[in-house]
Amino acid sequence: MSTVVKTPRQVHAAGGYDLKKIRADFPILHQEIHGKPLVYLDNAATTQKPLAVIEAIEHYYRRDNANIHRGVHTLSERATEAYEKTRVAAQKLINAASSSEIIFLRGTTEAINLVAQTYGRKNVGQGDEVLITAMEHHSNIVPWQMLCEEKGARLRVAPINDRGELILEEFEKLLSAKTKIVAVGHLSNALGTINPIQQIARMAHAHNAVVLVDGAQAAPRMAVDVQALDCDFYAISGHKLYGPTGIGFLYGKTKLLDAMPPYQGGGDMIASVTFDKTIYNRLPYKFEAGTPNIADTIGLGAAIEYLNQLGLENIEQHESELLGYATEQVQKIPGISVIGTARQKAGVLSFVIENIHPHDIGTILDHEGIAVRTGHHCAQPVMQRFGIPATARASFGLYNTREEVDALVRGVRKVIEVMG
Amino acid sequence: MSELRELYQETILEHSRKPRNFGILETANHKAEGYNPLCGDHYTVFLDVKDGAIQNLSFEGSGCAISKASASMMTQSLKGKTTAEAEALFTKFHDLVTGHGNSAEEMGKLAVFGGVSEFPLRVKCATLAWHTLRAALRGEQQAVSTE
Repeated sequence: MSTVVKTPRQVHAAGGYDLKKIRADFPILHQEIHGKPLVYLDNAATTQKPLAVIEAIEHYYRRDNANIHRGVHTLSERATEAYEKTRVAAQKLINAASSSEIIFLRGTTEAINLVAQTYGRKNVGQGDEVLITAMEHHSNIVPWQMLCEEKGARLRVAPINDRGELILEEFEKLLSAKTKIVAVGHLSNALGTINPIQQIARMAHAHNAVVLVDGAQAAPRMAVDVQALDCDFYAISGHKLYGPTGIGFLYGKTKLLDAMPPYQGGGDMIASVTFDKTIYNRLPYKFEAGTPNIADTIGLGAAIEYLNQLGLENIEQHESELLGYATEQVQKIPGISVIGTARQKAGVLSFVIENIHPHDIGTILDHEGIAVRTGHHCAQPVMQRFGIPATARASFGLYNTREEVDALVRGVRKVIEVMG
Repeated sequence: MSELRELYQETILEHSRKPRNFGILETANHKAEGYNPLCGDHYTVFLDVKDGAIQNLSFEGSGCAISKASASMMTQSLKGKTTAEAEALFTKFHDLVTGHGNSAEEMGKLAVFGGVSEFPLRVKCATLAWHTLRAALRGEQQAVSTE
């Protein structure tokens, strides 16, 4: 039923957050599910894409498709320019010191694995420790478990309190000369908790540990400044940032990236190759072996540009208002408990209803046109911490409205009525 | 709404609230564990099999309304059945919830799960206990998973 209408973009006047105009930029939102308008509240899983992104990818394949960093012909030049333009956009998005500190990868998961397999294998040894928190996503647990198993190192886990906040004193106690890497999420996908990265980095650096931040959920929801945070690595997924799937990036401080061995071998990551010796390329290309995902990188560039036009501060404020309103409304419903009540929180509303399994909540809400995630959110240890098998999670995006929150609340009441 | 009512029939809701044969079976000589890692549903099925027939059975664990009601009604319909009959009923139940075959009439009370076929994502909920049962009958050691 939706028709793709060419809308003039870049018209969101400064200060004015025009939801009607913004929603017009996202063709997928304008459809019905089971006869009801789609209410998309699964943005922590993936976000929808604005026309600017869809069109950038189409334009690339229609006009500019060529391999990059080789070939002197015009198409290759155009493709290379568009690809590298995204690197600069990504640098500016998180205020990295240099664009060569941005490594394009498939997403946050690959970024964390890269650090575990290169920095980790080189610097973590027998008896050393990697410190994470009890609220991490599986992608910030398993790569470290694999590394620790291989090296005979130990994975330590800093506990969280009943609100779902990291207990900083306990975290600090776990740091020692053995700690080589601290890996922590900026914003918990299951609880919405925002971690105090600056403080965490200061504590970790006092013990000479490097800090990797999983920024998958934070990057689309707040202005990130990696230099102010003083983290050593920061990982981002494009598809949670209103960009395409299959593309994301890792930020790393130059001196660390320079000292790290390459991740994969192949074309583009070399300066010269003979059968006796290969000299690796300079940053960032040392870590980008093979033909990369050019089209989606360009799509990601369009997404970042879109976010810049709206202003991440405006998005943050909009989502904060929505989360506050949703929390207030949902808590009025008898039998509902919100899981994750951190004082610093954004984007995510996880909840359970007494005697109703989240899976049943998800099915009934879907029948009302409402898309939420139900399950353990790839954070099983978080579920164990709260003694629940799963939650229902509504997560907000830049295009969600108060009316959609009202629809969610009606939907939850319907769940209780059906399952009553 | 009618599709939803088909799925969440009163019998199903009633069984999910008050599951029958729920708990550990002390006389069990077969048991198996079933797990759905995506939604966290987790059940153990206990069987007391003698002379090729299921003398008694029970289950315990937790999960959504569909999976729990399915487990509960499964235990009711299999008491006294031979292992061959149980295997045959597994196949018929699977056909029912996936919308294959037209066995609804011969399914007796289990026919209430016919509505599941309209919800493909919920088939794994309805069949988890049955897969676990089959693993228990066959003496499989590995926990079964419907993912």
